[in-house]
Parts: sequence; C-alpha cells; structure tokens
Amino acid sequence: MSSSDAQAFARAAASIAWNRREFIRSSVGLSSTAAMLGFAPLRAAAFSAKQKVVVVTFGGGARDEETFAPDGQENIPNLLQTLLPQSTFYAQVVNRGILGHYVATASLATGVYETFDNFAVVPPHDPTIFEYYRKELHRPATDAWVVAPSNGFNRIGESDHRSYGEGLGAGVILPKHLLQAAMPTSSGMNLAHLLRDNYEDPYYTPALAGNEVQLRQLDEILKLSVTDFTRHALTLSSPDELSVYVVRQLMRQLAPSLLWVTLHDMDIAHSGAYSLYVEGIRRSDRLCAELWSSIQADPEYSGRTTMFILPDFGRDSDSDSGGNGFQHHRTGDALSRTTWMMVLGPGVRQGAMIDKPVDSLDLVPTLGSLLRFSTPLAQGKRLEEVL
Amino acid sequence: MLPEQLTADSFAGYPPKARDLAVKNLALLRQLPLGFAPLLLRETQGYDWRFPAEQRLVDDQFVYLQALSSDDRDRLFRGFPAVSLPKSLEAIDWVSDPQDFLDTLTAQLWASHQIGAFRAAANDYVAKWRAVMPEPPPALPRLSVVVLGADVKLDNYPLFRKLRPYGVFFPRVDSDNAWPAIVAALTKRAAAHPVPYGHLYVDGAVSDPAAAASLNAISYGGLHAVRDALFARMQQVIRSGHGGPEELRTKMAQITPKELGLRSAPGDETMSRFAVSILTEGSGTQIFSTTFVQWSAREALRRAQPCTLLLRYAPRQRQLPMNEMLSAKDPGTVSDPGGSMMDADMGAFYTWINQQRLTGHEQSAFLAWSQEHAQAVAIGPGLPLKTVSAGAVTMPQLLSQVM
Repeated sequence: MSSSDAQAFARAAASIAWNRREFIRSSVGLSSTAAMLGFAPLRAAAFSAKQKVVVVTFGGGARDEETFAPDGQENIPNLLQTLLPQSTFYAQVVNRGILGHYVATASLATGVYETFDNFAVVPPHDPTIFEYYRKELHRPATDAWVVAPSNGFNRIGESDHRSYGEGLGAGVILPKHLLQAAMPTSSGMNLAHLLRDNYEDPYYTPALAGNEVQLRQLDEILKLSVTDFTRHALTLSSPDELSVYVVRQLMRQLAPSLLWVTLHDMDIAHSGAYSLYVEGIRRSDRLCAELWSSIQADPEYSGRTTMFILPDFGRDSDSDSGGNGFQHHRTGDALSRTTWMMVLGPGVRQGAMIDKPVDSLDLVPTLGSLLRFSTPLAQGKRLEEVL
Repeated sequence: MLPEQLTADSFAGYPPKARDLAVKNLALLRQLPLGFAPLLLRETQGYDWRFPAEQRLVDDQFVYLQALSSDDRDRLFRGFPAVSLPKSLEAIDWVSDPQDFLDTLTAQLWASHQIGAFRAAANDYVAKWRAVMPEPPPALPRLSVVVLGADVKLDNYPLFRKLRPYGVFFPRVDSDNAWPAIVAALTKRAAAHPVPYGHLYVDGAVSDPAAAASLNAISYGGLHAVRDALFARMQQVIRSGHGGPEELRTKMAQITPKELGLRSAPGDETMSRFAVSILTEGSGTQIFSTTFVQWSAREALRRAQPCTLLLRYAPRQRQLPMNEMLSAKDPGTVSDPGGSMMDADMGAFYTWINQQRLTGHEQSAFLAWSQEHAQAVAIGPGLPLKTVSAGAVTMPQLLSQVM
C-alpha cells in the first residue's frame, strides 16, 4: 500500500470508528478515551492468581449497519444494553491480514498475520497463544481449549513452529464433527447440509479421520454420553448453540483458564440471504450474553474471568462496487478490515470507549500480559487500557 | 509464459470474434505487463457471447491502449509491474485460462499484502482510461422496477426503510392489476426502444410469458433442471476427493450451457451464458431464489447495463434450524415468506445502488413495490426526497412518475 493509500485507509477506518462511537454514545452513553487517560490501571489491584480468559470471536463479522448503527441496534440488544456498559470498548480494531476466517482466526491466535491458504487444513506457522501460555507457565493440556465451528479449524490449537508446536497447544473441539461421530449412520439423517464446513465455500468440507477420537472427547473430556449429547443437540437450533453448549460443558468439567470459541452462524451471509445473516447476528448477540451469565454463575470463573469479544474482521460496505455489500468480505475495503472489540471482567474499566486505532494482532500480547506470560514472536502491542 | 512471447497461434482455442480481436491487437498485448494482460484477455476470451456493453468495454480498452505512446503506456501501468509477482505465475497457461491465473494471482496478492496496491493500480488505470473515453449515456433514461411478489410478506416490518430517504414512499398502493400494468408498461417501452439486451427481466419463480415475450428473461424456476444438473456436477467433483474448492471453482467456471442442458437461441449464447454464470459464479444463487434475483440484478446492471430492468421476488425455501435437520423428518420444501421479504427489501436497495453506479444516473428512475403489503417507493428526477404520499395510488399512476 502506498503512503497515500495508507493515509486514505486510515482516514476511512477512523471515520468508521467515529461513527461506531457516536452510534453507541447516542444509545448508551459511554465515556471517551480522554476520560480514561487520567486513571491508573486497576488491574494490579484486581489481579487474581487464578485469572481466566475467555475469547469469543465472530467468524464472519457483522457490519455497523446491522449492529451499532441506529437501524441495526435492534439486532444486538444484549451486546448493547447488557455487555457494553460493563466493558471497555475498542471502536477501531484494524485487521491488515488475509480476510478468510481460518487464516484470520489463526492470525488472531498467533499475533502474526499468517499467510497460508485459508482452505487448507494446516497449522499456523507461528506459535499460538495457547503454546506460549502452556510452555511458559507449565500448564497442562486440559487448561487451554478451542471450540471451533468447522473441520478447517482442526489445526488451530498449535503451530508447526519448531520451538513450540506438538504437545504444547490447546485441545480443539469441533462440535459439528463431534455430532457427526455421535449420530448413528443408520439414522437416515442427512447431515451433509448441517455439516458443511463454511459458508465461503459451502460445498467443501475437508475430511477428518478419527470418529473414535471424537467419541473419546465426548466421553473423557466432556463427560457426556453419546445419547445425552445427541438428545441435547436435538433441542438446539444452530451450530453456534452447539458450540456454546460444548463450551459450558468444558467449563463445568475442566474449568480451563484459556478458552477460545468462534461463532460462525452469521457467516451464512455468504449465501446472500440477508434475513439469515441478521438472524445469525441476533443469535450471536444472545449467546454472548448467555456465555457471560454462565461465567458469572460459575464459581470457578466468577470474579476472575476476562472476556474478549471481537469479530475476526468486517464485511464489505454497500458503497464498494467491487463487492456485494453484506454478502462477502472480498474487497479489502476499510469496512471489511475495521472492526471492534469488547473487553469485560474484573479490573476492566466499565463503560469506557477507546477511539484510537488498534490492530487485530494486539490481542495476543494483551492476553499474555493479562495471564502473565511472554509472547516473544507476536507482533502486536499490549492494550494498556485493559491491563 | 510472458506477454512478449504471445503469437497468433496462442489464441487458436478462442471463439472466432475473440480470436480475431486478440490477433488484431497482438502487438499491443505483447507489450502489456503480466499483471494486467490476463485481465484483458479474460474479457476478450468470452467476447463472442458477451453483452454489447461488455464488448464495447473491451473494444474501448484496445482503442485507448493502442492510441498511447509506449512511454505513456509504461507510465499508465506503473502500478502493475510494481506489484511483485512470483515466477510460478508465469507457468500458468493464462492465455487459455486467464481466470485460473487471476484466482492464483488474487491469492498471492492477499498473502503478500499487495491486494491494496493492486486494487489502487487497477482503479488508477480505469480512471485514466475513462477520463479519455467516458462511458456513453444510455439510449434512454434507465428504469428499474422491483416487485416483491405474492407470498413475500412480513408484518410489522419497516419496508423500504433504506430507500425511503431517496424518494417518495407510498403506503397505499392499489394492487389490483398492478403486475399486468407493470408488464404492459415495460413491454411497450421495450418495443418503442429496441436496444439489444437493453430490457431485462429476472423472476424468482417462473417468468410471466407476457413479460418474457418482450424482455430478455431468466428465472429461478425456469432453471430448475439446470440447477439440478449443476448440483450433480458439483457432487461429482466433490466425490472425486481431490482438488478442494479451487478445483471446484475452476470446473464450475468451465461449464457451458449445453453441458447443463440449457438450450441457446441459434447464434446467440448471450443469455444462456449469463444464466449459467449466475449459477456457477454466484454464491447462494443455486439455493435461494432471493439471492438468485439479487445477484442476477447486480450482474445484469454491471455487465449488460440495461435501460430497463424488471425484477420479481418470490418466496425462497426456508433454512431449516439444526434440530429440524437432525430430526430426520423430511418437511419437504417449505418457503419462508418473512425471510424472503427481508432479503428482497435489501435486494431492492442494492439494485438501486447498482443502477446509480451507471452512466445517466441523474436521470435514472426506480420503483419498488410490495404486492402483499400494497406499499411502494419511487425514486427519480423530479421526485422529492424523504417524502410520504399518504393518498391511495394505482400502479399506472406510480409508473407515470418514473417513466
């Protein structure tokens, strides 16, 4: 990007953030960065030796038009009215990497813009937050987990970096794959539609071996019988609901300190059906609030858990002729790259809004500082406002 | 292969008109950078079955580039060679399959963080070319009519919320005989201004024969057998178990109307090729009729630049929630009237935006009407903004405001 292009992008990103801030301020009235600067961080006083972190990413992103803008606020009542007032809100989080969900989520988890093929089932090349965490703090494998929507995310738990990698990463649970393993093949159910891997290439699902591994995860980790799991799945309306169910089960059984879940229902936007995209946003909004309630209700988590909520990136704007509005994230325009992040938990200033631009890569060093381990190969900067 | 290695034989596999055009401009093509030549060849390769507006686009570019001095051309393409391209791209047969080259190039640009620079170079090129050779105005002021048809309905929904600021909202439309009135008005308009592919019609169900007789038409329902054939093709590629999404995309792009059982008028593959491209290149167009209509409209406006565009949305199939999918009870095809309404409402907004991207947008007019809710919005020159016209109105009266 040339210097003039970079300046134009920065102006566009700042404008998006400004609008987002104004939308929110008009609806819930948060304090600004300026109000925050005079305060000392509260983290030192609040830090608990048993600090836990839950990261929720939206794979697909939701635009301001459907969320924080006046017409979109009806879709996110929980984020706006319940979670936002308790959080520090970053209004301008810029993703400068590849806008594909697996590679972008991997970049969020490594703190480095990964450049592998988004649709290849490969591990990240740089160490993940889970490897830094486990290696430096000598944490067991049961203490870091990823719950992800699709087979393509199978390798996100640990990198192929030679100084980290095998045996140091997070456990990965793919709830839909779990469901496939649990459902009897003789049931006559056509799972192909449900099990499709992603909405960007809806006809492609990488094959994963090892249903027996999945069933062992059910039994040994989640402490669920196949019957109970399938019975519960039959009460849920979407894969994201299944993911949150698995997260809660993990919290109950293992209480991991580092837990990462990606929600993908809203990415059905790629099908071009606007109503289904909005439905996905509303569901994610509800699930975030339910997850926060679960955290507050669980003695292992209550009072010691910081939750980060962020889309991996945005979606194309209506005004870019290279795209088709909400449907995709292919233009690389400012709206598709500029998103937001909500941080809430003990010691995090409530109702504060950060206007300055931050980078998607800043998540990893921030998590490292919060849980007190180093992230030497990550490229972002610590977000001091929530430390 | 590099552009300077091109010969007339390189284009032996092109259709007749495309081959002639490429050979005629061979000397020029040899001088283009590798980052640009395949883009131009992609447009050239399909020349024989492109819409007239697209053919003009290709012709204009060759004329413009031919007229430049070598130095001016170098300056024009300065941004393209500046993007660093790996040697592996040269190995791709970008003359026979420019799309494959562009897919690989795009992935490379994203991975190397050069996509922004490439887009900037492309935009710069278009701006300079269009400054010298602007798009001609349409033969008559453009008009798009979007109909949210029977059973597309959702109560207590703020219909046309995004469009209302740009025109007049009519909350009481007499829907009796409204559709026949639209068809009659547009067929009369098409007959009075016979522009090839200048009057298009897309239907989310089955085309109304009265409209399809005068307008170039495609419909979701009419392509049922083609969609089935396409799904069978997709499954075949997926079952082959190798290649992944890239191979699937490449295979889809190579499908011809004939292979899907779609007949073309003799010597005229334009509409059948267009219909197949909607199904093979669009995302969700195969599954949801609302997406089919919206994407077809977007592509029609972008590619054919019609004077008249008629769209009619019909209910799309319902997306089953997970628990219903798992219940193993086949509910059959169930429609989703409310979801279809939201889809169509957004689709109408996007159609207006896309029409406004074309030449003559100051004179363009737009009408969206909901049959079930008897509401409409009209936008056009002379019509006020952000206005509500509370009185009852008939369709002929509405049409008179936009034609």
